Amino acid sequence: MSFPWAEEYQPKNGFMRWLDQRLPLPRLVYNATGPGYPVPRNLNYFWNFGVLAGMALVIQIVTGIILAMHYVPEGSQAFQSVEHIMRDVNQGWLLRYLHANGASFFFIVTYIHIFRGLYYGSYKAPRELVWMLGLVILLLMMATAFMGYVLPWGQMSFWGAKVITGLFGAIPVVGEPIQMWLLGGYAPDQPTLNRFFSLHYLLPFVIVGVVILHIWALHIPGSSNPTGVEVKSAQDTVPFHPYYTAKDGFGLGVFLILLALVTFFAPNYLGHADNYIPANPLSTPAEIVPEWYFWPFYAILRAFTADFILPAKLWGVMAMFGSIMLLFLLPWLDPSPVRSGSYRPTFRWFFWILVADVLVLGYCGGRPPEEPYVMISQIATIYYFAHFLIILPILSWTERTLPLPNSISESVLHGEARESAPADLAGARPAPAAE
Amino acid sequence: MIRLIGILIGLGFVIVASWSLGTGVKKYLKDPPKESIEHHFHEAPRDVAFSFDGPFGTYDRQQLQRGFQVFKEVCASCHGLSYVAFRNLEELGYHEEEIKAVADKWQIEVPSIDPKTGEAATRKALPADRFPDPYPNETAARAANNNALPPDLSLITKARHGGPAYLVSLLTGYRNPPADLPEEARPGEGLHYNPYFANLNIAMPPPLTADGQVSYADGTNPTREQMAKDVAAFLTWTAEPRLENRRAAGLATLVFLIFATILAYMAYQNIWHGGASRRVRPTGPLDPENMAKRDAANREAGMEG
Repeated sequence: MSFPWAEEYQPKNGFMRWLDQRLPLPRLVYNATGPGYPVPRNLNYFWNFGVLAGMALVIQIVTGIILAMHYVPEGSQAFQSVEHIMRDVNQGWLLRYLHANGASFFFIVTYIHIFRGLYYGSYKAPRELVWMLGLVILLLMMATAFMGYVLPWGQMSFWGAKVITGLFGAIPVVGEPIQMWLLGGYAPDQPTLNRFFSLHYLLPFVIVGVVILHIWALHIPGSSNPTGVEVKSAQDTVPFHPYYTAKDGFGLGVFLILLALVTFFAPNYLGHADNYIPANPLSTPAEIVPEWYFWPFYAILRAFTADFILPAKLWGVMAMFGSIMLLFLLPWLDPSPVRSGSYRPTFRWFFWILVADVLVLGYCGGRPPEEPYVMISQIATIYYFAHFLIILPILSWTERTLPLPNSISESVLHGEARESAPADLAGARPAPAAE
Repeated sequence: MIRLIGILIGLGFVIVASWSLGTGVKKYLKDPPKESIEHHFHEAPRDVAFSFDGPFGTYDRQQLQRGFQVFKEVCASCHGLSYVAFRNLEELGYHEEEIKAVADKWQIEVPSIDPKTGEAATRKALPADRFPDPYPNETAARAANNNALPPDLSLITKARHGGPAYLVSLLTGYRNPPADLPEEARPGEGLHYNPYFANLNIAMPPPLTADGQVSYADGTNPTREQMAKDVAAFLTWTAEPRLENRRAAGLATLVFLIFATILAYMAYQNIWHGGASRRVRPTGPLDPENMAKRDAANREAGMEG
C-alpha cells in the first residue's frame, strides 16, 4: 500500500510506542490521512468533495442520533413529535433543519464528487473498486434519504412512500408480494413507519462501513489527479498532512457557510410545503414529488409513457434503476487509456452535454407530468442512456486524445495547475540544506 | 465484449424511450393539451410586505397580538391551533395574568375526566394547555361545515405555497365569479369563488366580511386588509415560533464561520506557499537528518553508501 517514499510513523513518546506495538491505530490514521499518505500535488478544488461528503455524513449521524431521542415512530404521534422537536426541544429546530438540509448538502457534494470522477476518469483501472464502492454508497444514501423523508409522516412522506414502493409493484409476478413485504401491509402504515425508522437508523452506519472500504480501496493505488497520469516519483506527491488537511479545512469552511446560509435563512426552501400537512391516506396531494435529489431519476421513471412489448411502467422502473446500475460497468464501457477529460477533447464535449442533460432531467422531474416536460425528459433520457452505453464505448475506440505530460511534476512546472504545491516544498523530499 | 453488450442495451433503452417520445409527440400534435380552467383563472398570491421579511426581519409584537385577536374572534370558532399552547402567548408580550385570563375565558373547554364519576367531561383551559380543538372529532367538524374540514392553523403558513402572502390574498380574495367562468367551474352549493384557492372554489365562507369586524385595542384601523395581514403574521409565528432565534443564531454562526474560513484559507496558503517564512522538515527515511545519520552509521560500519 502507498508509495515507497511515504513517511513512516514514528511514535513521539513512550506511551505511543507502547500503543503502536499493541494496537497500531495512530499508525493507521497517520498512514490514511496523515503525513504517511503521499498525494498527487496537483489536486484541484474538486478533490475536496470526498472529505466534504464524509463531513456531511458525520453531521447527519450526529444530528440524527439526537433527533431520534425525541422522535416517536408511531402513526398518530410522528408528525406531532416532529413539531415537539421544532417547538419545545432546546435547539430542536436547529437539529431538525440541519438534518433536513444536511441531507440535501450531502447529495450536492456527493453528486459533484461523482461528476468529478466522471470527468477525470477516476473510475478507470486500477480504481474500479473505488468507483463501485462509491456507487454502493450512493445507493445506500438514496435508500436512507428516502426512508428518512417518510419519518415526519406528512402528506409527501406518506404519498412518496406509496409511490416509491409502488414501483416494485411493476415487477411481474413477484412485484406485489415484494411491495407488501416492504410496506408490511397494503399501504404505508404503522409497520412501514416502524421498519423505515429502524432502517433509517441502521443504514448510515452501513454507509460508514462502506466509506471505510472506499477509502481503503482508494489508498492502494493512491488518489487520482487532474492530469490522470499516475504518480511516478516522490516529486509528484506531497504528504496528505499538512497539505491537503489545510486545503480541506478551507473547503470545509466554505461548505459550512453555505449549509448555514440555507439552514438558518431558508430552511424550508428545499422542502415541499405539503409535508407540513399531516399524512392523510384519504386525500391525495395535487402533485406527488420526491425530494429534489431524486428528480433526475424521477424524470427517467416518468419518461416511459408508452407500452413497448412490456408495460410502460416496467420500462420506467427498469430505466430508473438501470440509470445507476449502468455506472457499475462504466470502467469497462469506457476503456480509453487516457483518464482525464482534460486530454480528451471530444469526451469533454459529451461530458458537459451530460451535465446539462442531468440538470434538465432534474428540472423536469420536479415539474408536474405534463407536456412539454414529459417530451423534454424523454429526449434527456435518450441522451442519458446513449451517453453511457453508446457514445462512451464508441468514443473510447475512435477518439484522438491529446499528448499526456510525462509526469505530474512536469505538468505542474508547465503551469497547468496553478493550485498545486510548489516544487521545492514537496515535504517528502530532502529540503534544501538549512543555512 | 462488455462494450458490445452495453451498446445493445443502450440501443434498447433508446428505442423504447424514442417510442414513448414518438407517441407523445404524435398525441401532442393531434391533440395539443389545453390550459385547464383552474390554471387559467388561478392567481398567484399578491405581494404583501411583513416585518419578518428578509433575512433579518423580526416579528412585530403589536401585530402578533392584533393577529391573535382576529384569530380568537374570527377563526377560532372553526379552526384549531393544536400545536400552540396558551403559555406560548408569552412570546407575544402578554403577561402571565393576561394569559391565565385568556385560557380561562376560552370558549371551548379542554376534554377531561370528571374526578367524581370518571366520566368524560370538560374543564376550563389552563396556560399549560394547547389550544383546544373546536370540534371533538373530524366527523363533528364536517357535520358542522357542510362536509368540509377546517384545517388546523398551527402550521398553515408553512403548509401552503406562498405562506403568509397566500393567506392574505385568500382572506381578501373572495369575489363574484368572472362572467367568462365556465359552468362546470362555477361555485356549487356552499362553495365560494376565490381565485387564490387551488381549485377556485373554497368551502370556507368569507371570514373577514367588513372593516371594523374586530376592534383593536391599540387603535389600529381594522380594515379587512389590516386584519388579514395581522392574522397572517400571527399564523406565521404559530408555524415558526423560533424564527427570531434562528436568524440571530444564523448571524452569529456565519460571523464565526467566515472568520474561521478566512483563517483556514490563510493557513492553507501559508502551508502551500509560505516557504520563505517556514522550513519544512520532513521526517522519515528521506529526511536529511535521518539520511545523514544513516550515512554516518554506514561509514562507521565500513559500508560506503
